[in-house]
Amino acid sequence: MATSTPVERTDDESADPVVRIQNASVTYDGGESFVLDHVTMDIERHEILGIVGESGSGKSMLASSLLDAIPDPGRLRGSIEYYPEDGEPIDVLSQSKEELRKMRWEEISMVFQGAMSSFNPTMRVGEHFEETLEAHDADVDSGLEFARQLLEDLYLEPERVLNSYPHELSGGMQQRAQIALSLVLKPEVLVMDEPTAALDLLMQRTILQLLRDLREKYDLTLVFITHDLPLVATLADRLGVVYAFEPIEVGTTEQMIQNAAHPYTRELLKSTPNLDAPLEAMRPIEGSQPAPVNVPDGCAYHPRCPLADHQCEMEDPGFHEVDETHRSACFHWEASRDEIPLNYADDLGEAARSGGEE
Amino acid sequence: MSDEPPLLSLEDVEVHFENNSSFLDFGGETQVVRAVDGVSLDIEERDVISIVGESGCGKTTLGKTAIGLQRPTGGSIKYRGHDMWAVRDGTSDADIEWADIRTSLQIIHQDPGSALNPNRRILSILSEPLKKVHPELSKVERHERIYGLLERVGMTPAADFVDRYPHQLSGGEQQRVALSRALLMNPDVILADEAISAVDVSLRVELMDLMLELQDEFDTSYIFISHDLSNARYFTEHGDGSIGVMYLGEMAEIGPADDVVQNPRHPYTKVLRWATPDLSLRQAGEMPMRTVDVPDPIDPPSGCRFHTRCPEAREACRDGTPSVYAQNGQRTQCFREDEDHEYWNSPELAD
Repeated sequence: MATSTPVERTDDESADPVVRIQNASVTYDGGESFVLDHVTMDIERHEILGIVGESGSGKSMLASSLLDAIPDPGRLRGSIEYYPEDGEPIDVLSQSKEELRKMRWEEISMVFQGAMSSFNPTMRVGEHFEETLEAHDADVDSGLEFARQLLEDLYLEPERVLNSYPHELSGGMQQRAQIALSLVLKPEVLVMDEPTAALDLLMQRTILQLLRDLREKYDLTLVFITHDLPLVATLADRLGVVYAFEPIEVGTTEQMIQNAAHPYTRELLKSTPNLDAPLEAMRPIEGSQPAPVNVPDGCAYHPRCPLADHQCEMEDPGFHEVDETHRSACFHWEASRDEIPLNYADDLGEAARSGGEE
Repeated sequence: MSDEPPLLSLEDVEVHFENNSSFLDFGGETQVVRAVDGVSLDIEERDVISIVGESGCGKTTLGKTAIGLQRPTGGSIKYRGHDMWAVRDGTSDADIEWADIRTSLQIIHQDPGSALNPNRRILSILSEPLKKVHPELSKVERHERIYGLLERVGMTPAADFVDRYPHQLSGGEQQRVALSRALLMNPDVILADEAISAVDVSLRVELMDLMLELQDEFDTSYIFISHDLSNARYFTEHGDGSIGVMYLGEMAEIGPADDVVQNPRHPYTKVLRWATPDLSLRQAGEMPMRTVDVPDPIDPPSGCRFHTRCPEAREACRDGTPSVYAQNGQRTQCFREDEDHEYWNSPELAD
């Protein structure tokens, strides 16, 4: 059973958060079990935060929580505060429906997997832009002008795309148009839930590259949610790994890739095929994730963990500070590095942080 | 052994789809989508061959053509030396039935959720093809085979799974059922069309390992279609096979997996390598391509089809079509393979 008394997590306080999540939890059965389990986390202004987790780990719940958009009849508790660039902090969970509607898109915008189903197939792409601008009482002409600029930033021909029906565009073009649409009201934060999962790898990688440029150009904060750790590691400044409905390790991309301290993160890094590691070093993780109704006591990962001992079965580890910006919810974070070797060279130096840019 | 014809032999295969743009548009010209253009390929017994490329490059069409699900508009496909479509049309004097060819060439789709009938239980989904192909089996024998195979693909105890409906299984389990259904036919070849792309990255290695173990037991060959070079590498290198890289219907490069991945010759293969995330994070850099989107396959570029995006393209690439250059086991369709080609003196393409 999940813990009934929430454990106080060490808060990773940031100097300039754009969203501050405190003790957020989502339940569908009145608190018997949680699909988001008392999460405390800051999103820093202008960062690219990657949230990584397997299917059913609760990572999408985390995304939906940011805008209080939990599907019914789920109940979201805790506190989620949004800090606009200028102005007073906004308590997201006490906003009225109308206030939330305005916040979505104008302040925090979302892109989901499968752009094909996000567009109305009977409307031209341009009409989606017009409709969105009108719904938020924005000036349509200048809005469309900005839309053209965004489309160009995404290597699309603005007039052709705006005049097309969704089915006339390829999947990659639709997804890029969807990203332009999500940015047309100049939000501060863009949350993307598996935005590239249905696309081929070359298009995924291209979109990631473009997102990096967009962040620079428009001072965005990006939250990128995915099951694909190696992919998001090429983009993100910071990574959070989610297991059994809560983050279990958070750190800069460099710390997470080169110095992961949680056994699950290390197993996850080892389990993904890549081009250079010896074949026999890529191993699947034994076992499977727990469902919300039977999350193990203590550390939720202990039944699958090679380092688990009696303490792990009894106690929730809580976050341990590995480094100033690096936290791991594991009693054995120091031992894990020796016990679970990674399959790629760990002498890659500073290149990781910059994503390889000289 | 060398006298035996290959299991499957594709020779200069072409698949062109006609697209009458609209049925109201009577005067309209017929557009031809050249999905596969002049591809030759041999698949041996217990072979593994991966086909990689972008969406729309024709890799699925090529795979389906190889297993007889799509009739080519040009070239030939031989199954153990017999022209497959001649057998189908009854114009072959070969001692082999079309039904047997079809049974021995199976497919697993990308989305097992929609490949399995949602209104049938797993037991009935797996019984159906067995009844058709082996009507002589008793119910008990049928069930024995099904239970045995389910346990073999890791669904233990099978009794817990046989009465479930597909939606009651996870994506990985659904894919195992789809794999079992293919294996029940004792196929010579399984076409795995993006079969692992829909499951989490962390589960892919496990599924690929399973498929390779079963290859040993069932003596199957795989045609493994993927847009992900690292998956193709894992699967193909383990199976000691080759990787083919397709671009707009043509085979840009093909060769032993290790060579193609570690020493790519075609600029497009290098682009795919760039796109493959690498935990060293070293290779991010600029996109090594001049345009983002694939050209329209209805009107593919002249000369080398990749010249509109290729970082190395010169005027020679626009004007002439490169032939296939072979080096060791690697075959590459690019002028850069020929040291004496006029390409090297040709001016760079101005965009």
